[in-house]
This record gives sequence, structure tokens and C-alpha cells, in this order.
Amino acid sequence: MEVLALLADGFATSLTPLNLVVLTLGVTAGLFIGAMPGLGSVNGVAILLPMTFIVPPASAIIFLAAVYYGAMYGGAISSILLGIPGASTAVATTFDGRPMAMQGKAGLALIAAAVASFVGGTVSVILFTIFAAPLADMALAFGPAEEFALVLLAFTTFVGLGGDDVVKTLLMIFLGLALSTVGLDLISGQPRLIFFDLPGFYSGVSFLILAIGVYGVGEVLWTIEETRGKPSVMTARIGFRDLIAGVRALRGSVRAMSLGSVLGFFVGVLPAAGATPAALMAYGLARSGSKTPERFGKGAIEGVAAPESANNAASTGSLLPMLTLGIPGSPTTALLLGGMVMWGLTPGPMLFIEQPEFVWGLISSLYTANVAAVAVNIALIPLFVWALRMPFAVLSAVVLTLCVIGGYAPAQKMHDVWLIVGFGLAAFALRKTEYPMAPLVLALVLGPLMEKALRQALIGAQGDVTVFVTRPISGVLIAIAALLFAIPLIRRLRARRAARRMV
Amino acid sequence: MRIAELATAAALMALSLYFMAHAVALPIGWDETSGPGGGAFPFWLSAGMFGCAAVIFVRTWRAAPVREGRAPYFIHPSARGQMLAAAGGLIATVALTMVAGVYVAIPLFMVGYIRFIGHARWLTALAIALGTVLFMFFFFEVTLKILLPKGFTEPLFYPLYALFF
Repeated sequence: MEVLALLADGFATSLTPLNLVVLTLGVTAGLFIGAMPGLGSVNGVAILLPMTFIVPPASAIIFLAAVYYGAMYGGAISSILLGIPGASTAVATTFDGRPMAMQGKAGLALIAAAVASFVGGTVSVILFTIFAAPLADMALAFGPAEEFALVLLAFTTFVGLGGDDVVKTLLMIFLGLALSTVGLDLISGQPRLIFFDLPGFYSGVSFLILAIGVYGVGEVLWTIEETRGKPSVMTARIGFRDLIAGVRALRGSVRAMSLGSVLGFFVGVLPAAGATPAALMAYGLARSGSKTPERFGKGAIEGVAAPESANNAASTGSLLPMLTLGIPGSPTTALLLGGMVMWGLTPGPMLFIEQPEFVWGLISSLYTANVAAVAVNIALIPLFVWALRMPFAVLSAVVLTLCVIGGYAPAQKMHDVWLIVGFGLAAFALRKTEYPMAPLVLALVLGPLMEKALRQALIGAQGDVTVFVTRPISGVLIAIAALLFAIPLIRRLRARRAARRMV
Repeated sequence: MRIAELATAAALMALSLYFMAHAVALPIGWDETSGPGGGAFPFWLSAGMFGCAAVIFVRTWRAAPVREGRAPYFIHPSARGQMLAAAGGLIATVALTMVAGVYVAIPLFMVGYIRFIGHARWLTALAIALGTVLFMFFFFEVTLKILLPKGFTEPLFYPLYALFF
């Protein structure tokens, strides 16, 4: 019951007028960003992070978390109206959302998506509240060895479960970690990797600069290349009666939604898995568990409800390891983590002890954000329909401008702006040749932590490498990491053996 | 597409070699009592990166020239113009910002891009550019007290500074 008291205190923080305004603004901005084809939560957080210097750190994080939430709701809007996922997390929503819109049931689909998102969000926030404090308590026993093992585990989940090419994933992790070492060596204080002797590199490569480059400039270039044809917008009109009808129609989807919510949360907790696979898995399970699986893909309302509840639940899930362990579960939470470090808040178990009002304020704001998101979402549907008709050139000009200004504002160096341009062009080329971007951003954020933990642990153990396996928690984590790393190898061996049998 | 893949892998190999060359400035070996030196982390990570890039290069080189279902081109022909405008426009804007400041470069970019690439009306383009400029000035300069780069147009802003600060 202690949790409820802490949560109540948290509401005292999150329900202040400033935080409510910030939250509503964040949710609305997130909804628009999520609804725009090509832009998702990670782009929204990357582009808007520099704008949050205007408010205190706690409000800034609440704002960014609200953007994250709003974008998860918003992704469904263009999946349904345009047939193009507004963000990769809403891919599964197009399967049945688009057919529903074609049948003239766009309004119903939008309401189903919003309500399912609300259910997924709320269920997962309750799960989050239950798991957060115990997990943080457990993590208090962690020393540098465990921290290192945990970061290693986060990376190996990308190799084992990420689904991208293994060598390319590894390469991106190495590149991100190498970039994170630019600047001053944190143990000896000596400068290293100062390219071309440019003074700008002494302060290192900021995660924000890489994120704006990859998810701002890179994403605009990527979307221009991808959406050459002009998408057609389906119109949707929604009245109060449609709302009631929508909620009534969803009664058949309770099973799909609760399944999606719980599954989404736990998949979201895993680094590398995240909202996109969670939504696809929920869709698959809803279909295989349905009595009438043949309706799926032709406009089944469960086919919208399941993935939408799952992707919202997953976004909450990925906040759990970020806040309690300091290990982000997705690129978006990696940016939130980077932002918190910038404001002098170090995520991890100590945060629960040192800054309880901040932690519980943030957690309680997730409840409020869900309510705000579902209300704003349904109220503004006509506006979204209108906004989706905006030519993409206008959107790309605005985003590119925000990248330039947002990249300059934090450190006030043109050096960073040039880096953004460089990263953006490089990111486009890399994505085009199928290199995954998420491990790169995560590696840059986690790099300093990983190196510090490794070297601290070794200094503490006087150079004895066995410290990582002899400490129980660290040993177990390393064993899991090794197992995950071995998955692709085992898979390949099996495939080879099967191929031999075929001959 | 195959050429693009080979080129990316080669570029990543070159980049990792460049990183390694920089990393050796600090000790990269293993100190008996304190573990790796300051250059070890970047050096061996870049070495790993080189290894991966080399594997990808060799793998792509040995693969059949055209794989089925893959686009034969790197950038779709019909998107080339717009891509070039976005990338080139961005580089030109940043370069112009260094000389003449954001209040010259950004509106020029926005009006040009929205009018000629987006084929929007002049009025739309000008309105969006004006809105952006006002947002930049009042949000960043007045509210956040972050001075944006102005290049040689700096003196023109003195009266505005006097008014708002």
C-alpha cells in the first residue's frame, strides 16, 4: 500500500497547473507527430527535446513522455486514413484499419484505435506501478560489474532478438560505442579522437545531435524517397453517437485488448523488442485465437484493437528498465534517458530514493497523459483529417528547420549543426543499405556508462577479469547475454543441418 | 544497389581505420592492476567495427550481382530531384547561416522549398516562413535567451535587443 501513498504524492506533482498544461501540449504535439506519415515518437522526442529548456526538468520529462504517448496514439490515425503507418509501431494497425476505412467505417476504426490505446496504456501503467519499486530495490545492490553486465545484456538482445542482420547490428553497436568515446577520457581526463583537431569534438558527440541527425534529417530524406506517390486521404466524420457505437462495438474485443496490453507491456520491457514487434505479435495472437480468423485483414475491429493496445502498452513497458535500471528499452527511451542526464537526473535505482517526487510525478503523469491523449485524440479527429492533406514538402521544410535550430540551441555551436547534416546524410545511406539505426543510438547513449562501469569494476578488482562472472547477479546476466548472443549462431547451424538433410 | 552496399561497407572500414589511428594516441594495452588504458575502448571497438565491415564487404562481393526483389537503384529516379533539393538546400542553408545568419538563411530555404518543391502558393510559403521566423525570435531569443547565429546581419538586431532585453 506504500505504493499508493507514493502515487498519491506523485499526483500532487503531476496535477500542478504547469504540468497539466505541459502534458496537454505534449500529448497534442505527439498526436500530430505520430499522425504524420514517417514521423513517430522517436522523431518527435528528438526534434522537441531542445525546446524543453523552457520548463524545469520534471516538467520537461513529463512533456517528452506525453509526446511519446501521444505519438503512440497518433500513429493509428494515418494507418487508418492513409493506409501508411504513421510510425513503424502502427504497421499492424493498417492490416484491418485500412480495410475498415475503405468500407466507410473510418470513424469507427479511429475510435476503436483510441479506446484500445487507452486500455493498453492504462493496463500497462498499472503494471508499471506494481513492478517499478521492487525492481528499483533489487537494482540497488548493483555495482559497476552488474551495470556492465546489464548494458552488455541490452546489446545482446539486439543481436539475439532484433531480427536485423547480425553483423550489421554488431557493427552499428561498435560504431555507436566508438562515437561515445570521442572527447575526454573519463578516467584519465586526456583528450581522445579529436578529429581534424576541431575544438568542437572536445565535448564529445552528443546523443541529441546524433538523434536529430538520424531521426530528423535522415528520416525526412528517407520518407521523401519512400513516399513518391501521393497517398489518398479517407475522410472521417465523428459525432457523439459514433463514439457510443464505437465503444459498444469494442465489447467483442475485450479479450484482444487485454491480451495485447499484457503482452505489449512485457515485450516492451525487453530492449530491442519494443512496440513494433509487440503490435505484430498481438495482432497474430488475436487472429489465431479468434473464432473467425478469416475476418482478419478484411476490416475486423479486433485487428485494430489488439495492435493498438499492444503498442501503447509496450511504450510504457520500455520506460520500466529505463527508469529503474538506467537501461533504455527503445531508442525513444534512450533519448529520454539522455535528456534526464542532461538535466542532472541520473535514471536508475538511486533516483527512486533521492528524487521520489520526480519519479512518482512522472509515473502519475502517465495516468493523466492517457486520459488527456484519448480525449484530445477523439476531439481533434477532424483536424487530423485536414492536417494529413498538407503536402509533405511543407512538413519536411518545417522539420529540417527545427533540426537546424534545435541542433544549435543546446550548445550554441555551428559545429553541432554540421554534424547533424553529416549524420543525417550518413543515416540515409546506412538505412538504405539495411543497417539498423536503433542499436547505434542506444550504443551512443549507453557507451559512457558501459566504459565507466567496465573500468571501475576492473580498477576495483585490481585488473581481475573474473569479477564479472564470480559476482552472482553479474554472472547470471552475463550468462543470459552469452545465450542471447549464441541464438543467431544456433539458428544458422540448424538451418545448415536442415539444408543438408534436404539434399 | 550492390555498388552502394559495397561503398558503404568500404566507407565504414575506412572510418574505423581512421578511428583506430586516432585511438593509439592513448595507451591501448592492458594495465596489470587497472584494466584497459584510455585508448583501449575506442581502439578495440573500432577494430571490431572494421572486422564487421570487412565481413559485410566480402559477403556482398561474393553474393550474386542482382538479388531478386531488390531495387536495382539506390535512390528511386522520381525522388532524386526532391532528395537533392532537401539535402542540398539543407547544406546551403547551414552554410549561409554561418555568413548571413538564420534570419536570412531559414526563410529563404522555407519559401524556396515550399514554393518550388511543394508547389504550394506563394502566400502559403511566405506565411509559414514568417511564422517560423517569429517563433524562432520569440521562443529561442526572447524566452530562452539563446542567441541564434546572425552573421553579418547582427547589427540590424541591436534595436530589437534593446526593445526585448
